[in-house]
Amino acid sequence: MLGLSKKDTTFLLVVIFLTLATPFLLQPFPESSALAQFNAGYPDLMQRFAIYGIFAIGFNILFGLTGYLSFGHAAFLGVGSYSVVWMYKLLSYNVVPGLILAVIMSALFALLIGYISLRRSGIYFSILTLAFAQMSFNLAYSVLTPLTNGETGLQVYTNDPQVLMGAGSPSSPHFFGIVMNESTRLEISGWLFTLNNGYYFCAIIAIIVFYLSLRIFRSPFGTMLRAIKTNQTRMNYTGLNPRPYTLAAFVISGMYAGLAGGLLASMDPLAGAERMQWTASGEVVLMTILGGAGTLMGPVLGAGFIKYFENIFSKINDNILHSWFSALPDGLEDFIVFMFHPFIGKGWHLTLGLLFMLVVIFLPGGLIEGGTRIWNAITGKNRKKKKHDDAEHHPKPTAHVN
Amino acid sequence: MDAIILQVLNGLDKGSAYALIALGLTLIFGTLGVVNFAHGALFMLGSFCAVTLQKILSLSFTVEDPTQKDFLGNPLKVDTPYIVSWFGDATGNAILNWSVPLAILFAIPVMLLVGYVMERGLIKHFYKRPHADQILVTFGLAIVLQEVVKYFYGANPIPTPAPDMFRGSVDFGVMIGFAQNEIIYPYWRLVYFLFSALIISAVFAFLRFTTFGMVVRAGMADRETVGLLGINIDKRFTIMFGIAAAVAGLAGVMYAPINSPNYHMGMDFLVLSFVVVVVGGMGSLPGAVLAGFLLGILESFASMNEVKSLIPGIDQIIIYLVAIIILLTRPRGLMGRKGVMEE
Repeated sequence: MLGLSKKDTTFLLVVIFLTLATPFLLQPFPESSALAQFNAGYPDLMQRFAIYGIFAIGFNILFGLTGYLSFGHAAFLGVGSYSVVWMYKLLSYNVVPGLILAVIMSALFALLIGYISLRRSGIYFSILTLAFAQMSFNLAYSVLTPLTNGETGLQVYTNDPQVLMGAGSPSSPHFFGIVMNESTRLEISGWLFTLNNGYYFCAIIAIIVFYLSLRIFRSPFGTMLRAIKTNQTRMNYTGLNPRPYTLAAFVISGMYAGLAGGLLASMDPLAGAERMQWTASGEVVLMTILGGAGTLMGPVLGAGFIKYFENIFSKINDNILHSWFSALPDGLEDFIVFMFHPFIGKGWHLTLGLLFMLVVIFLPGGLIEGGTRIWNAITGKNRKKKKHDDAEHHPKPTAHVN
Repeated sequence: MDAIILQVLNGLDKGSAYALIALGLTLIFGTLGVVNFAHGALFMLGSFCAVTLQKILSLSFTVEDPTQKDFLGNPLKVDTPYIVSWFGDATGNAILNWSVPLAILFAIPVMLLVGYVMERGLIKHFYKRPHADQILVTFGLAIVLQEVVKYFYGANPIPTPAPDMFRGSVDFGVMIGFAQNEIIYPYWRLVYFLFSALIISAVFAFLRFTTFGMVVRAGMADRETVGLLGINIDKRFTIMFGIAAAVAGLAGVMYAPINSPNYHMGMDFLVLSFVVVVVGGMGSLPGAVLAGFLLGILESFASMNEVKSLIPGIDQIIIYLVAIIILLTRPRGLMGRKGVMEE
């Protein structure tokens, strides 16, 4: 189906099901229970899952396939956001023209940056992209203020032209009349589900771009990108020039980032320069590595993981910890709370940094590799394989004679 | 003319900081071949060494002074630092006042230890892994260090003043034959420049004139052969990592009065220092120092009003712009050796 193999079709269908059912799956605890704080099924967070998922999928096309580590992808995120808000200001709150412009602008931007940066590889490439992103960030803050509104951030004012704004058009971002921040609430025996228009909009786009990335992964183009990662010199000797391929990958991933940035502004009609800062670029690197670079689902998992725990960890405070461990003797309870204290609430970044280091050190393949290892350990797949080594180099142990 | 000299001077202090951090980065890269994204965090740790020492020295106890009354008529509570009560008024206050320079003595062992632990505990395991992995793990470490500092010291900048003696400004113009008040330069920035010049020459002298330095230089040129000669080069490289950390730390200690330490200052400097290293040439020590000062001065020229009105925003991007041009036209940097990371 859709040019995919049978296995991939099943995979895609599972992904589609999971994405569409997210508002239900992430709400496993009834509203009144003590565990309700672990629910993640509210619109704001789910939108971020989908958007950062798109961002990470795009980053993965560059980093996962070609191995080029860009530290400047946040610049495209910013460009996308600014484009969308500008379209709000000039046309109307319909997100479609903005998103189209966001993708085009970030593609042009990526073409320029990529054309220059890709002349170098390895660490030089990382530093070049970092330099470009920091440059964009600094410019957005200072000289480009007429375009970006500097520190305040770009937003829609009442005296903006908005030429396409009809009398009945909604006054917040919408998709041909479907208003993004409206939702349907379903209450089923204690469980509360929020079906948000914005989330479904993001989710459908996420599914489409996921399908595209699946096709890229399976295409000859994708194979070529993997060849660049594996051995660029050998590729050169074969008579292939890797640069057009890397540039294409860079532009594609830039477009993904621009789309993600545009969607951020579609959910909340604001764009600020801090979206372009290099810590934001670092975040998408974290997501991709944490999930598993070069795998299809990894970056999405990483994005979801980071955004979910960012939310949960930031919400937990000492009182909640005390209530969890209240069964323990007082001294022990205080001690445990004291031990956990630096890692929760505002300390979430500390947890993230530690987690990230642990993943890079022990699990370079990310969560996906961890999952595979556990799966193999359960099913005993690898153990069986080892026994089938060739007999010549690994002779069977002979029984002792005496 | 005086404007030019003023801008050169203004560029020197930032340039000194860039040069010191870039020197450490290059030492690490040249010896161990590791790209250390946590180097900015080491700079920040140095600054917080100064803060810590200041806090320790001003630990005080409270006594009620019956001779003085506060506005409610109660005996006034007076905080007396232990230092002052131990050493007497004059010496105690002098020590307090000089806490930043004293922090140098405190920072050297601390930073050497931090560097040693970092190398043995973490970086050691990453020699064989690709540069991307090294960047990622040190990036993670930088986040962790930053957050730990934030946890203990809070998110706000902590003012760490220089000794009273250096608080004012020097009328530099008079010394070299200009009219009065033409070229005014704060004392502490002058101190910072001289200090960094001292550190830089010390590092170079150490590498040049000691046997240890000779072995390290030999190891940088050809690690394997030095190892085959029966020299434990790994141990020396570990010590070099400690020294690089100490250099970054000292740069941070002395920078504390110029810019009140906050937890993210390392990251701000790191990006620029990397650019400096690349401009100077990956693996070239003189290149790193030269590029540090050059870019510092260039940045201060770009922030002149005349230049800014000509090309708006140039002061924000000049360093990156230079780096991009250098990388594209001369990938090995200003003084980079041929064949080092040149691809």
